Amino acid sequence: MIEYFVKNASSYGGEIDWLFDLITYIVGFWFLLTFATMVYLLLKFRYREGVPAKYITGDRHNEKKWIHWPHNIIIVFDVVLIAGAIWVWVLVKQTMPPNDDSIQVIAQQWSWSFVHSGPDGKLGTDDDIKTVNDLHVEVNKVYHFELQSRDVLHNFAVPAFRLRQDMIPGRTIAGWFEPTLTGTYDIQCAEMCGHGHGIMSAAVTVHTPESYQKTMKAIQDGTYESDYLRRLNSPPTPIPGTVKASDPDSYATLLAKSF
Amino acid sequence: MSTATATAQDHAHEEHHEMGFLEKYIFPTDHKMIGMQYMFTGMFMAAVGGYFAYAFRMQLAFPGMDVPFFGQVTPQAYNMLVTNHGTIMIFWVAMPVLIAGFGNYLIPLMIGCDDMVFPRINRLSYQVFFVSTVVLILSFFVQGGGFGGAWTAYPPLSSVPEYNLTNWGSSLWLVAVALEIIAFLLGGINFITTTMNSRAPGMKMMDIPIVIWMINIAVIMFMASVGPLIAGAVMLFMDQRIGTTFFLPSGGGDPILWQHLFWFFGHPEVYVVLFPTLGLVADVITTFSRKKLWGYRTILYTTIATGGLAFVVWAHHQFIAGIDPRMANVFVVTTLLISIPIAEIMFCYIATLFGGSIRFTVPMLWAIGFLMTFLLGGVTGIYLGASGLDIYFHDSYFVIAHFHYTFFPITIIGMFGALYYWYPKMFGRHLNEFWGKVHFWGTLIPFNCIFLPLFLLGMAGQHRRIYNYEHFPDLASPDLQGMRVFATASLIIMLLFQIPFLINFFGSMFIGRKAEPNPWKANTLEWTVPSPPGHGNFKELPSVYRGPYEYSVPGNREDYWPQHMPDRN
Repeated sequence: MIEYFVKNASSYGGEIDWLFDLITYIVGFWFLLTFATMVYLLLKFRYREGVPAKYITGDRHNEKKWIHWPHNIIIVFDVVLIAGAIWVWVLVKQTMPPNDDSIQVIAQQWSWSFVHSGPDGKLGTDDDIKTVNDLHVEVNKVYHFELQSRDVLHNFAVPAFRLRQDMIPGRTIAGWFEPTLTGTYDIQCAEMCGHGHGIMSAAVTVHTPESYQKTMKAIQDGTYESDYLRRLNSPPTPIPGTVKASDPDSYATLLAKSF
Repeated sequence: MSTATATAQDHAHEEHHEMGFLEKYIFPTDHKMIGMQYMFTGMFMAAVGGYFAYAFRMQLAFPGMDVPFFGQVTPQAYNMLVTNHGTIMIFWVAMPVLIAGFGNYLIPLMIGCDDMVFPRINRLSYQVFFVSTVVLILSFFVQGGGFGGAWTAYPPLSSVPEYNLTNWGSSLWLVAVALEIIAFLLGGINFITTTMNSRAPGMKMMDIPIVIWMINIAVIMFMASVGPLIAGAVMLFMDQRIGTTFFLPSGGGDPILWQHLFWFFGHPEVYVVLFPTLGLVADVITTFSRKKLWGYRTILYTTIATGGLAFVVWAHHQFIAGIDPRMANVFVVTTLLISIPIAEIMFCYIATLFGGSIRFTVPMLWAIGFLMTFLLGGVTGIYLGASGLDIYFHDSYFVIAHFHYTFFPITIIGMFGALYYWYPKMFGRHLNEFWGKVHFWGTLIPFNCIFLPLFLLGMAGQHRRIYNYEHFPDLASPDLQGMRVFATASLIIMLLFQIPFLINFFGSMFIGRKAEPNPWKANTLEWTVPSPPGHGNFKELPSVYRGPYEYSVPGNREDYWPQHMPDRN
């Protein structure tokens, strides 16, 4: 049901969407059942002239079963849910499939720096390609990422990849994703990081191999036009009645002025 | 119990001297007046918190506008508003009204004694709480503005002035929270001691009204969980003011430590505010369905089990915070297990309706509203407790919608049920029934209209604490903006419907229908004294002969059987 709102662009997004659906069916069943029971009881046992209430303690054995049976069924459902949750968790956070490429993500108040490994596929070498607020990846390749923060807590969040991970100053946090759908998607900072938290956005572009090579070359030549800024200044569907980020009266400018 | 009788006689003696205005209303030792002080302070802070919600929801619906009665919501102001909205609603509304307010008012009346065991500590408790309120409000006006680092106050943002840019605001915020906690520790000692030592003769453990049990369990949980938070607050304060580095990696500290200390308190805190409301609602439901509470012992033991489990689930707030991923597998099990006792309590409440004779009075409407909305809040918690899905939903609007579906029923809906139920006892007059119903529907329907869209926004990947989504093109679509506008409009409607309530509440104190001692024909001891009860509560301390929920017992002429009545009713 999540994919109705956000496209799924990663290899494990499907599992997370599946888990959402599973939980929705199970808790939806319980919610509707309980709700309907409650409404039924409220209507059935509403006050009527001359009909007294029954005296039931709920402590006798044949009364307790009304609580104990639902209780036992919930335990069974809980086991299913726990198994599903742990299965998805282990897949996304506890296993690291062998990688095709690596990236480094560095967050600071309030921007993103990305280090692409360059032609040799290794981070920390001279051919690394650095960008600000623009991440480029190739479709159907497994990426390992290293997350670092320069100041406070941030969170590397890509809803289209179904991925969120906190970034902690003083640590490098590793993880992985595999993009499966080309396009440009939002990167959010999903952890409160100060006054500029609301402007701390970036964009990830998932390329075909050809367009990836072309973009990397353009970045090195200095002819690259930022996907991030293009989207920001002409969002596909702007919020009605909003001041643009580039306007002199916009918050981004106000914020810059306040220091 | 003989000592309790002795104090009552001494007290009866004291009643002769007239109390001055200051002694009666400003510096009282009477538990009823202290309870009301807490309640009125809580109501005032609820208005402040509601005003904050109005300001930032307006900004979200119409980014960049001059919000009427507020002005422009800058990013800094936005952060301050959401941070303090959360802080106020939990620490200055839920806690004082539900635990301190109703706890102070009801415990001595319901267990049949004349006052709290330590009346002066009780007075000190409110005074510390009052100071904490003043400190919090002052923190909005210092240089740099109020604290804006989210109510969870994660360091290093909260601990380094260069990062949060609210040098004094963040320290005053921390001091206010610490003072507030001290106030509740003082109050909590009183609650437990009074319940254990001053019960009326004959009131056995299983004859205590469930609400008193719930308040006591909540207080015990609060006391057991708050230690780490106080330790953390002291460390954070030292980080802020004297340059220690407990939470700063550059000095060898660890920011995650604060999250553990905070959530070790923060998660039990959820149940600390839930239990009193569950108890209040139990009394309302049994009275108006004229039924004995289904499975008193089952409810009591599952409550204790929930209370215990609540101490081992805290890290589900930190699944993706950088803790060892293997830890998540432990906490997902404990978190989803907590659904079992909570569901059992809900089933008992619903089963109580079976075979009843249900009267849809205003308090009963609120109580049913609580059960129905809290049910949705409870089941949506499963999504977030499932670690695999929390990867997507962490810090999204789904979280916001979920916890408002738990906290709003707890703090507002259930609390209003209790307020409409005990109002005749507190003020000696009835609230207007018609305006009560208007208030109920005018709150319940807009409440759902505010927070149901937020579930969808959360599914769309909208993350929290963002003052304007123009920087996130995927979230800037007119569809999503339409939902934001809808939620804001619903909020304004809901706030407007509180005006008839306020008029009803304050007006009925003077012109409402006079209330007899037991208008609802309820069983518990507070209904045996005049409305409102005088100083010292009981002319003669009652004796208790049975449990609090003996409604519709066969063989009685009446359908209720008060606890203090030796013979058949």
